[in-house]
Amino acid sequence: MVLFIEQALNGLQYGMMLFLMAAGLTLVFGVMGLINLAHGSLYTVGAFACAWVAAATGSFFLGLVASLVAAAAAGALVEVVVIRRLYHRDHLDQVLATFALILVFSEGTRWLFGSFPLYLTLPPLLAGAVTLPGGVQYPLFRLAIIGIGAVVALGLFFLINRTRLGIRIRAGEADREMIAALGVDIERLYTIVFALGAALAGLAGALVGTIQSVQVGMGEPVLILAFVVIIIGGIGSIKGALIGALLVGMTDVLGKALLPGLFARVMAGSDAATVGSAVASMLIYILMALVLLVRPQGLYGQRG
Amino acid sequence: MARETLLTLAIMAALLGTVIVAQMMGEGFVITLATKATIFALAGVGLNLALGYGGLVSFGHAAFFGIGGYVTGILASHAGAGTAVATLPFTLMGSNQMLGIWPMAMLAAGAAALLIGALSLRTSGVYFIMVTLAFAQMLSYFAISWPRYGGEDGLSFYVRNSFPGLNTLVPVQYFAICMALLVLALIASSVIVRSRFGLALQAARQNDQRAAAVGIRPYALRLVAFVISAMITGLAGSLYADLNRFVSPAMMSWHMSGEIMVFVILGGVGRLAGPVAGAVVFILLEHLLGGVSEYWKALLGLLLLAIVLFAPGGLIGLALRRDRHV
Repeated sequence: MVLFIEQALNGLQYGMMLFLMAAGLTLVFGVMGLINLAHGSLYTVGAFACAWVAAATGSFFLGLVASLVAAAAAGALVEVVVIRRLYHRDHLDQVLATFALILVFSEGTRWLFGSFPLYLTLPPLLAGAVTLPGGVQYPLFRLAIIGIGAVVALGLFFLINRTRLGIRIRAGEADREMIAALGVDIERLYTIVFALGAALAGLAGALVGTIQSVQVGMGEPVLILAFVVIIIGGIGSIKGALIGALLVGMTDVLGKALLPGLFARVMAGSDAATVGSAVASMLIYILMALVLLVRPQGLYGQRG
Repeated sequence: MARETLLTLAIMAALLGTVIVAQMMGEGFVITLATKATIFALAGVGLNLALGYGGLVSFGHAAFFGIGGYVTGILASHAGAGTAVATLPFTLMGSNQMLGIWPMAMLAAGAAALLIGALSLRTSGVYFIMVTLAFAQMLSYFAISWPRYGGEDGLSFYVRNSFPGLNTLVPVQYFAICMALLVLALIASSVIVRSRFGLALQAARQNDQRAAAVGIRPYALRLVAFVISAMITGLAGSLYADLNRFVSPAMMSWHMSGEIMVFVILGGVGRLAGPVAGAVVFILLEHLLGGVSEYWKALLGLLLLAIVLFAPGGLIGLALRRDRHV
């Protein structure tokens, strides 16, 4: 039971991190109609910015701020230089151009920082474990990630539903020409949305980089999971991204923790564990396939 | 059209000429490079059928490339050990005959494509891109976590599979096999594109509703095109495994999917010889830029970016000075 609670919390934490990634991706797709493969690169930029600033200043929190700023700046720069020219192109061109951006980003990072992973140390404030009700010991930093995810989710709902910027974003999603005709500077709006998504990805990168390590290519597996999240949740929906991220995070973590054991109960021999872990590694994709069978547009997506 | 046919012939002749000259000068390495380009071109020809003519932007073709490779590797390694691959429902022995391996590789890739396509084609546009990518990634994770055939380390086999009457270990003879298959695939794909099926497929790409109105069912057409496309790419995967005598999950990684897509787009989407031009230029760039800088992929990225932004018809479009005819 203790193991289960621990793993469920891990799943929640993983899901929140995926949400930070998927939120930007789904916003950019919903508002600009752009598929951005380079979103994972912005995640990596955030992680490296955090590691570098934290090492230079000795402050992890300055590092986190740096990850937001650096990823947002990189996002805005990329939007103005490249992405802006892709909005009216078809998805194929967008895929190829952002694939090219990945190559540039990852080789650029390798050139700047080398191939060796960097490690971040937690500040004393966030290090250590807390005892939860029920006697479960859980790392404080992972709890903090869950908290940050929840705050970001609330913040985004507030931003989209209650502020002027949010109204413009939703209007831009509905009808680009009309809101341009109403005098909204659509180009600036797009840059802001892109930078916002990038900042969230950068924050996710910094947080995950702290748990694991910071290295070139760290953004790519996460990017694909974020895709799975928004396929499940429905493209363009923040709510869908949140639900999808939690589903994917929970399924993946719990599947990997529990399936090998479950298989061992019904199957004999040493094969059981390997079959179990092989199936566990495919579980979220099976989940995705099921969602596609029932609702091809995703849980909260709109048709067409 | 006539100019494009000429260009196609010229590109193939250039590739063949390079190998003949390399053979006379005893440059085995150049022949291997040309073989690699030929195999990549074949993979691209497969994808081009779905992507160029069917409008199906599959970001998961590495899955089929990898399946072709794994079928080859698994059959060859069992043949080497003299054991059966499976005993249920019937006994399947390993094989080291290319003529036996190719159909198996193509069948396996086709079967996977039938399943993946049937699900993915329920979606369209950007969903389709992401769904195909995700399924390919699923297979690659499966290959990594399945230790029987090497897992993450991959699977090597020591002798290249054999072809009646030829010594496949001689580079130029293996190149000849790959080249012949590429030519066959190009002929097949030009026949398919001009057939009733191909025309209906292109009609469905250009206007889904209009095609449906004249009695074409886009879903079935696309699924068939997707399966054929995957089978050709699977064949390329089999050849690639034999070229290296090694398969690994990297063959299924999304970088590979991206690269196959790059061959097609670099050359020109929906052009018969587009993938050939694209693959040849890609291998050349890899070789030349690799000599300039350790970080050659960044240069490649910038070049790709320039092509997307400023020459959307790809190299063939540039050569013919016409807009993309898709």
